[in-house]
Amino acid sequence: MRRRSFLTAAGLGAGTLFATAACGGESSGSSDSTAVKVAYQQWGSGTIMKDYLSGLKTSYEGANPGKSIELVPIVASENDYYTKLQLMMRSPRTSPDVVYEDTFLINSDITAGYLQPLDSFLGSWDQWDQFQDTAKGAAKAADGKTYGVPDGTDTRALWFNKQLLTQAGLPEAWAPTSWDDILTACREIKGKVPGVTPINIYAGKAAGEAASMQGFEMLFYGTGSTLYDVASDKWNVASPEFRDALTVLKTFYDEKLCPDPEIALDAQISNRVGEEFLPGSTLAIALDGSWMSNNWLETGGAPWPEWSQLMATTPMPTKDGSAPGKISMSGGWTWAMTKNAANADEAWKVISTLTAFENNLKYNIANASVAVRKDVAQDPEYTGSNQTLEFFSSLVPVTQYRPQNTDYPRVSNEIQVAMEAVVTGQASPTEAADAYDEAVKGIVGEEKTATL
Amino acid sequence: MATLTRPTPPSSPPGVDPHRRTHPLRVDIARALPLTPAVVLLLVFLAGPIVWCCYAAFTNTALTGAGSGATQFVGLDNFRQAFGSEAFRNSVVLTLVFTVLSAVVGQNLLGLALALLQKRSAKVVRTLVGTAVIGAWVIPEVVAGYVWYAFLSKDGTFNELIAGLGLSQNWLYTLPILAVSLANVWRGTAFSMLVYNAALSEIPQEIEEAAEMDGATGLSRLRYVTIPMIRRTVTTNLMLITLQTLSVFGLIYTMTKGGPGTKSQTLPLYMYEQAFSFSQLGYGTAIALVLLAVGAVFSVVYMRLLREEA
Repeated sequence: MRRRSFLTAAGLGAGTLFATAACGGESSGSSDSTAVKVAYQQWGSGTIMKDYLSGLKTSYEGANPGKSIELVPIVASENDYYTKLQLMMRSPRTSPDVVYEDTFLINSDITAGYLQPLDSFLGSWDQWDQFQDTAKGAAKAADGKTYGVPDGTDTRALWFNKQLLTQAGLPEAWAPTSWDDILTACREIKGKVPGVTPINIYAGKAAGEAASMQGFEMLFYGTGSTLYDVASDKWNVASPEFRDALTVLKTFYDEKLCPDPEIALDAQISNRVGEEFLPGSTLAIALDGSWMSNNWLETGGAPWPEWSQLMATTPMPTKDGSAPGKISMSGGWTWAMTKNAANADEAWKVISTLTAFENNLKYNIANASVAVRKDVAQDPEYTGSNQTLEFFSSLVPVTQYRPQNTDYPRVSNEIQVAMEAVVTGQASPTEAADAYDEAVKGIVGEEKTATL
Repeated sequence: MATLTRPTPPSSPPGVDPHRRTHPLRVDIARALPLTPAVVLLLVFLAGPIVWCCYAAFTNTALTGAGSGATQFVGLDNFRQAFGSEAFRNSVVLTLVFTVLSAVVGQNLLGLALALLQKRSAKVVRTLVGTAVIGAWVIPEVVAGYVWYAFLSKDGTFNELIAGLGLSQNWLYTLPILAVSLANVWRGTAFSMLVYNAALSEIPQEIEEAAEMDGATGLSRLRYVTIPMIRRTVTTNLMLITLQTLSVFGLIYTMTKGGPGTKSQTLPLYMYEQAFSFSQLGYGTAIALVLLAVGAVFSVVYMRLLREEA
């Protein structure tokens, strides 16, 4: 009796599974195969990209009868977006045709063979000349081919609250020329404006890439050194400048010029700086990105109309003011074509539409991003759309890019570990830097390291 | 006793069944036939991923970069890398601390204590306590994690309660592994309690009464009568909750994301970071195998304990 009921159950179970499997097969086969599938990240309440792409889909389909775009929003936070996208690109059955790729990971995906070069299309594209040379290089792989068309970039600098700085006796047009200038200003603020945190510099794993890029690299690249040398393919270890950057970071945190480590090391720190500390006037200076004002627009997470009167920007100085005197780091995104794209010509048509003048202008204004097209950068509609855009665009000549190398994400994690050890007092700057050196050797192999 | 517990099996010389002797193979095939779809599905969907996981642990499979384009067999490299890594060793220690603290000690003892107390309490109390404890168990993991985040964080309820004592702090920052262990105890105790409730109700009233007549105190009754009688349940329960706790991910991820730094990064979180944040699938699966081994070690220890006492 018992055996029979077991068999029945097993049979039923198997039947159900087969039915389910069959359903799965049918539904995945029925998707519209002629549409160009465009994958992008959709996360949180921001709808800038979604609105932009929806509008573009309508106009594209109107202008090209018979053609269609299928939007594939990948609902995920930043790290998970890459993971999901990579999983989709692994199989021709699930692969989108056009994908939105961060310049910092595009090299990994090129090495993995997920993308195809666009040179044959770019050669005959009359608009490619409008793109700035640095931006063109952002999606160029080691093989010399270009795999993506950039649609905008970002730069980083110091944001400050004019009201709080004047309360501390600092000029409204504050313009520090060295790390010491910043430290002095912060000490003034701490002494004269109680209850206000002088500065935020991201540090630690919770802030993720923001800590490496907005925090550490904005200091470190200001010493004139570099993390990675492309020409010799070597990573910088045992670097005295690396120790300098950690030491000044320690000073900021030890003197309590930065937020308490327990706030700085909370996963919410990036959101809190933009939506709580700066609009609440509890933070005077923020070493942060060009997109910060997005938070304070009516469409942002913390509408703050007064920001245009209260907030100002100034370039991040180099360590001791030596040439070029200021430093910035840049990232940015590109539109790329997957290896498994069903129809390369159609996919290219979509990419070139996405990055054409009119559309790119619209997107850069909506996203307050730094333009990479010369014609967009000069367009009065663009320059007039946000008071800080001109400033952040002016940093493009001094900006630095992160190592475009597949090992960078893991090295970046080690930077965060080193920063965290220093700001929490677990290790001295030298100890943390030594640990970083060892970790980098472990990741890239000792033969690919040198003191640069 | 021994003769009662170990009855000799009825003697059945092989091959007495005439039916079996005539068509052994055909009958077996006919009987196996209805099972084939199920077995095939199990092989494909259950054994398949496990086999792939074992294979991937010895390769440099990655989601992106070189390991993705050209996957290579790298032998024991992943394991060598793991055991040589400070972060990995830290995760192993934290996993052991978390498991022992929250499962072996916390859930297990608290569950037993609750079950013992419930046995003697009034029905109203029993119902109320049971509902509260099981309520914690029914709440989804992520919600429980968030509840505890809200309770223990800097502006949380707990700090409000102890505001007068001057001990206010962000507990998730100062004592992260303790905080997540506590949350896991809160969430998982119901399971142990239910298991022990069932086991205790099986103990005949007379035995307890007899022990009481002999003058045994409450504590010695527990030690010499109750515990030995539910010994098997204790082992089963320990085994189940240990394996559950070893793989806890959502609770810790919601509360601390493994932080600050790596101070609450147990093996599942470390594995997730390596496999999905750094795209090192091969390395991640190698860590999964290590986690499996840790579970196996716990299981062997429990089995040995059971056998020794038996």
